[in-house]
Amino acid sequence: MKDWRYWLAEQRGTLLAFGIFIVMFAIYSANHPAGFTANVVQTAANKGVLLAFVAMAQTLVVITAGIDLSVGMIFTLTNCMASWLVIGTGLETAFGVLVVLGTGLLCGAVNGAIVIYGRLQPIVATIATGAVFFGLALLLRPVPGGSVNEDLADFLTGRFFGVVPASFVALLVIVLVVWVPFSRSEFGRAAYAAGSSETAAYMSGVPIRRGKFLAYTLAGLLAAIGGLFVTFFTYTGEAAYASGNAYTLFSIAAVVLGGVSLFGGKGSAIGAIFGALAFRTIGDLLFVFDFDPLWQPLFQGVILLIAVSLGAFALFRVRNRLEWFL
Amino acid sequence: MDGAAPLFRMEGISKRYGGVRALEKADLTVTAGGIHAILGENGAGKSTLIKIMAGVVAPDEGTMTLDGHEVSFASPAAANQAGIVCIFQELSLIPELSVADNIVISDPPKRFGMIDRKAQRRIAEEALARAGASDIHPRALVKDLPLSRRQMVEIAKALARKPRILILDEATSALTAADVAKVFEVLKRLRSEGLALLYISHRMNEIAELADHCTVFRNGRNVASYPAGSKSDNEVVELMIGREYSHIFPPKPGPTAAATTVLEARNLSWADRLDNISLSVRAGEVVGLGGLDGQGQRELLLAFFGVLRGLSGEILIDGKPVSIASPTEASHGRIGMALIPEDRKTEGLMLPMTVRENLSFAALDRLSKAGIIDRVAEQRLIDDMVGLLAIKTAGLDIPVGALSGGNQQKVVIAKWLMRQPRIILLNDPTRGIDVGTKQEIYQLMRKLADAGAAILFYSTDYDELIGCCDRVLVLYDGAVKRELVGDGITEHALIASALNIHGDASRIELGGKA
Repeated sequence: MKDWRYWLAEQRGTLLAFGIFIVMFAIYSANHPAGFTANVVQTAANKGVLLAFVAMAQTLVVITAGIDLSVGMIFTLTNCMASWLVIGTGLETAFGVLVVLGTGLLCGAVNGAIVIYGRLQPIVATIATGAVFFGLALLLRPVPGGSVNEDLADFLTGRFFGVVPASFVALLVIVLVVWVPFSRSEFGRAAYAAGSSETAAYMSGVPIRRGKFLAYTLAGLLAAIGGLFVTFFTYTGEAAYASGNAYTLFSIAAVVLGGVSLFGGKGSAIGAIFGALAFRTIGDLLFVFDFDPLWQPLFQGVILLIAVSLGAFALFRVRNRLEWFL
Repeated sequence: MDGAAPLFRMEGISKRYGGVRALEKADLTVTAGGIHAILGENGAGKSTLIKIMAGVVAPDEGTMTLDGHEVSFASPAAANQAGIVCIFQELSLIPELSVADNIVISDPPKRFGMIDRKAQRRIAEEALARAGASDIHPRALVKDLPLSRRQMVEIAKALARKPRILILDEATSALTAADVAKVFEVLKRLRSEGLALLYISHRMNEIAELADHCTVFRNGRNVASYPAGSKSDNEVVELMIGREYSHIFPPKPGPTAAATTVLEARNLSWADRLDNISLSVRAGEVVGLGGLDGQGQRELLLAFFGVLRGLSGEILIDGKPVSIASPTEASHGRIGMALIPEDRKTEGLMLPMTVRENLSFAALDRLSKAGIIDRVAEQRLIDDMVGLLAIKTAGLDIPVGALSGGNQQKVVIAKWLMRQPRIILLNDPTRGIDVGTKQEIYQLMRKLADAGAAILFYSTDYDELIGCCDRVLVLYDGAVKRELVGDGITEHALIASALNIHGDASRIELGGKA
């Protein structure tokens, strides 16, 4: 086989998610009253990148064969925090951004420490920490409010050169600064190895613990970047329980749509980003087709089921039925 | 290599697991530039010996010296540092990563803190070429490779660590004949480069072709050490056996009048694991499956039990062809089959659930009326079973995981006896349990056969096959190579046919597909 075929096989999940997104977005913009314009793209990007950041966060943890049910709450907590701190002069704003991102890192590190060194199951550990993070958010913002440095907010949610959505460029930068180095580092590989087969990884002398810890910590950071951006879009902070939980669950859906295996060891954050964008577009499709918004959850669910089924065809080829359970 | 100073020496090494002595004052000397074969039966202590060398387990007593200096290894990584690399039987590859990723996994080349993928590719290609496996693409995912290719990757991975002593533990067991030939060339080249190789294999012909020196282990001790080629296969087999076994087996009833055939297979084949197997088991008969581990015995039992898809050939029950599509079909209705699985912890029991629940699982349909479990009937049947098998438990409502290994295995067997099966398949049921329980299982097996059950019994322990079976079929490479009957079931015949040495061992054949 040629090299490009292997590349294709490696990127299959990502490309599938990209394809689903393109098809949906094409249908969406073709039927949008305003058509495919910079404005439509900008709105879609601004909505899409929020879930994309959270989905990237989820990807890092899912790769290690774990799951992070607190990402939505880190997102909410950092939103509330940003609505207090990311304001004032340039220096004050910069300080605020750093504190918000640092908080995300800390939340992720706590999750990682509990799961790796405390040996608790990720699902329970992160439900608990998620509740704690939400509690802190509620203390910070008992009622919605606050404000944000609007110059920075408008800059990052606007357009560059009149056409390119700034939020999308920000997403790209984060991918280059966080995801690419991680996935190509020894620790990133350790995270994949631990997710795929922890015993084999241990026997091969892979730094499993440090790899997993880094994955959880960076997941906290990425969720915090999402929290920062939602503040830029809304200009306020709100400790909304339903919204935080929705982000957590949607991030899992986006990750699966993006070809990341919930069993660990396989997938890429790029795929999860397209999964997130595709998932958002599913919701938007309803508006352009003038469906009753009441139909949205049902419709989203059906489309999600169909998309996820595409990845399950391999099971028909299994010859030893015991492999169904592996 | 005579006269060369030993590179590595082990003296007086002992290791106990619980009350079981795995090694007792064992010695081994390894010289550079030589291939040293280690022979012995299952459980003779070979695996423990190399695990100690490779830093996986620590010895209870004894010393190891490398280059004349005393050494001890706290972890596999420490042994690697010292230049001792082991290719274990259980593969240590990570399935979702590529071949190249796996080859460099313990020490990837880095550039600016990130993995240098070009350098990685180069190292992987070199290592694959050195292992004679350039046909494997470095970007292929390990999980997509067949077992024989994975084994080659494992060898390449070991070579990439630049070992001084390379240990191969049954490293050729999954390889095709063509691959074996390639690996042998590589090993001979490594020998000429001055590496010390330790080669563990059950295949006599491989050892004859490869080894310079042989050491035979038995019961945890090295019993003989001799230059390769100085002893006949017969003598070697004698050295490997050379032990008494106590009479813990129930008497066999002897040849019975022609009972009806209950279970029959005709030309059964599956993938490349089962090759045209025909056999029959009569009511009241215990038929053994012998051979080295992994020659298709497990797959054969799974095939009968409806787990494998895409079987060719026929399965007949009471002389009528049937198609069995699932374990449910196999165990229900007129087929009445039961499989005591190999790994009781994953395939036999739900460890956290209670003894009672575990006992009832396979027979829930029989214990229920209109979908509701009849507690009284359940209790009666469970009492019968606990009595019959003498299961020692503090109560029926404690987790089955709290029982001893032997009692856990009894629960697995009892759970199937609740259905009163007519056909019982046993997959190495006595692995890792104590002698007392073993003896009870042997007696139970004979009792069930006397009551009319047809029993197919796979065991890795030759004594068991000799002591329990009316007939033994020896498998090699997925095919039945030999049938031993009655007094013809001897340890010598079993070992010789398992190694695929024919007749009086004067003729050696390369495993069926040369």
